[in-house]
Amino acid sequence: MWGGRKLGSSGGWFLGVLGPGGRSTQAARPLISPAVYAKNQLSWTLQIKPGVFSEYRTMWFKSYRMTFSCLNRIKNFRDNLLKTIPNHQPGKPLSGMKILDVGCGGGLLTEPLGRLGASVIGIDPVDENIKTALCHKSFDPVLDKRIEYRVCSLEEIVEETPETFDAVVASEVVEHVTDLETFLQCCCQVLKPGGSLFITTINKTQLSYALGIVFSELIAGIVPKGTHTWEKFVSPETLESILESNGLSVQTVIGMLYNPFSGYWHWSENTSLNYVAHSVKSRVQEYPMSAEFVLKRETEELQATACTNPAGHEELKK
Amino acid sequence: MAARLVRRWGAVRAAAHSGPLVPCRRWSGASTDTVYDVVVSGGGLVGAAMACALGYDVHFHDKKILLLEAGPKKVLEKLSETYSNRVSSISPGSATLLSSFGAWDHICNMRYRAFRRMQVWDACSEALIMFDKDNLDDMGYIVENDVIMHALTKQLEAVSDRVTVLYRSKAIRYTWPCPFPMADSSPWVHITLGDGSTFQTKLLIGADGHNSGVRQAAGIQNVSWNYDQSAVVATLHLSEATENNVAWQRFLPSGPIALLPLSDTLSSLVWSTSHEHAAELVSMDEEQFVDAVNSAFWSDADHTDFIDTAGAMLQYAVGLLKPTKVSARQLPPSVARVDAKSRVLFPLGLGHAAEYVRPRVALIGDAAHRVHPLAGQGVNMGFGDISSLAHHLSTAAFNGKDLGSMSHLTGYETDRQRHNTALLAAIDLLKRLYSTSATPLVLLRTWGLQATNAVSPLKEQIMAFASK
Repeated sequence: MWGGRKLGSSGGWFLGVLGPGGRSTQAARPLISPAVYAKNQLSWTLQIKPGVFSEYRTMWFKSYRMTFSCLNRIKNFRDNLLKTIPNHQPGKPLSGMKILDVGCGGGLLTEPLGRLGASVIGIDPVDENIKTALCHKSFDPVLDKRIEYRVCSLEEIVEETPETFDAVVASEVVEHVTDLETFLQCCCQVLKPGGSLFITTINKTQLSYALGIVFSELIAGIVPKGTHTWEKFVSPETLESILESNGLSVQTVIGMLYNPFSGYWHWSENTSLNYVAHSVKSRVQEYPMSAEFVLKRETEELQATACTNPAGHEELKK
Repeated sequence: MAARLVRRWGAVRAAAHSGPLVPCRRWSGASTDTVYDVVVSGGGLVGAAMACALGYDVHFHDKKILLLEAGPKKVLEKLSETYSNRVSSISPGSATLLSSFGAWDHICNMRYRAFRRMQVWDACSEALIMFDKDNLDDMGYIVENDVIMHALTKQLEAVSDRVTVLYRSKAIRYTWPCPFPMADSSPWVHITLGDGSTFQTKLLIGADGHNSGVRQAAGIQNVSWNYDQSAVVATLHLSEATENNVAWQRFLPSGPIALLPLSDTLSSLVWSTSHEHAAELVSMDEEQFVDAVNSAFWSDADHTDFIDTAGAMLQYAVGLLKPTKVSARQLPPSVARVDAKSRVLFPLGLGHAAEYVRPRVALIGDAAHRVHPLAGQGVNMGFGDISSLAHHLSTAAFNGKDLGSMSHLTGYETDRQRHNTALLAAIDLLKRLYSTSATPLVLLRTWGLQATNAVSPLKEQIMAFASK
């Protein structure tokens, strides 16, 4: 029985169904398309190459890395969401929030969000992933009630859940999506006004090509070939412009860097590899009156500043 | 980090092949078992305090905790007039932990004794070391174990919506989940009690003493040996009432004898000595016993001229180098009588678990480490474990993590192993050093003690380490 101490239960879970029966049946199962591979670490078992030790090492490393990167992301999501809740309940800080996890895979982020008290719906187009996620949450009676999983894509549920969610999480998804504009529009549609959208993805830089494609896929084999296409990587600037043009105002963009020696992920100003973008859907004016009110208030403000600043007064006249 | 991983890797592999772990046995038990977030096995001082610490933690408000205690519930309606013979020296750090969940207030309302000074000296020489805080603050507190237990029980009752306590419940079997969960087998630890009831838990904390069932079931190796000593405890009445805020300990060649203040007229005795002598002490009549105690503290029979001269020389040299406040050897108060039926003995030993944690398992208190009472550190190390583990679990809960995950459990293990291993080694070394009257060693320890006494920063470091 292999597996380092640091692997632990949560890391181990994401190795999926590996056991006495695992390897012998792998030949019978269909390969998962590499396009959704990265998000669905549990699919590793379906692509086992011969060579026992190297495979185990790869899977161990990946799960280890993913477990810790999720920790950082959850902290980011939690802290940003808590800012919007005036009094949160101790023990269940996100209680009362409805969150959508797009491309949830095996539930790596869905479960921590559920543990923090939120009602989460996790969606993923791959049936196998949802099955594993369902199975895993079934053992925990609290999570079983708080989390719901569905096999579908975002576009499919937009119709039935408009303006339903307080937050949408799309982690390691946008770099696999064919039409980014539509995807982000759908995200916006399902969000309540004032709701948060969290996107984590990989930047499109030379560094990400070198480390993310060349090193990870070709040299070290951490990620199978074809998982990522560099052309599909999204730079923060591109993402920001699409978000802003769809009514989502970007609050923060932070880079994440992995330190292979300590095994921990760190926040950084440097977004050249992985980064998290947090944006908020602007609140729609509900009544025409309020638009006037806003306009009146703005002019009043301008007049007030004009009184104190004669130069400004000139500007106003213009 | 890599080396540690590789070593553990190998150990896990080896353990999985040869250990008593039952890997991948599919649990066919009822899936209607209650799933607890944390189960603490063992309701002694450390186990009950752990359950309290988690029960009062703000991030555990919606979690379910279970405390399993094999013994009956001890109800203390009225504080008894006679003091109990089992007492603990509580360090300021432990007192802080106890007050963090309100147990210290109950203790203050019952009874405890603060001591401000500690004198430790040798029977074979004049060397002594005196510990006290600059402003004569409390160095520590002597509290009866029953009082602590009652305070903890009261606090547990106040959070009974989160913490369930089962008395007369002993776990007879633990079943571990597969490291790599199968599709239809539960990822939690399964516990079976003597009456057949079963529970599941995400994290099992073993606080079941030095013969820990949790540790054995997990197959964690334990380094342990028995000392050829037993400790005799008793409640002593002093000849006359005094301020009694000093803790006394004298190292006899047969073992250390300590007098801990309980009140103005009462003190608690802890005398570690050979098994035969301990049996004698417990069975001899009261007058003889009192004489033995007084003579142990007062007699200079083990002094030799050589050592006395050597000690005096160093003392003189130290006096030249720095003007020390004169620490003349003081004598502890004399004992008049002993409480009837308060003399009890128990064997001593050392123990240290090679690992404090495994996936979904953590050991705290005596289950992880067992120590000689000469430094009064046993329960304080346990309380230190609780502070560390509760902190790590609280952060993990706030991050939405699986509580049984090794990532934060190893953080706890590293924290505590660093502290505990050093302390354990130091105490064992002291015990061995002072168990002899061979001249070279006596000389070494005499000079060592005098030198340490002279270097105040060193003494402060020692006190700080022991107060955590």
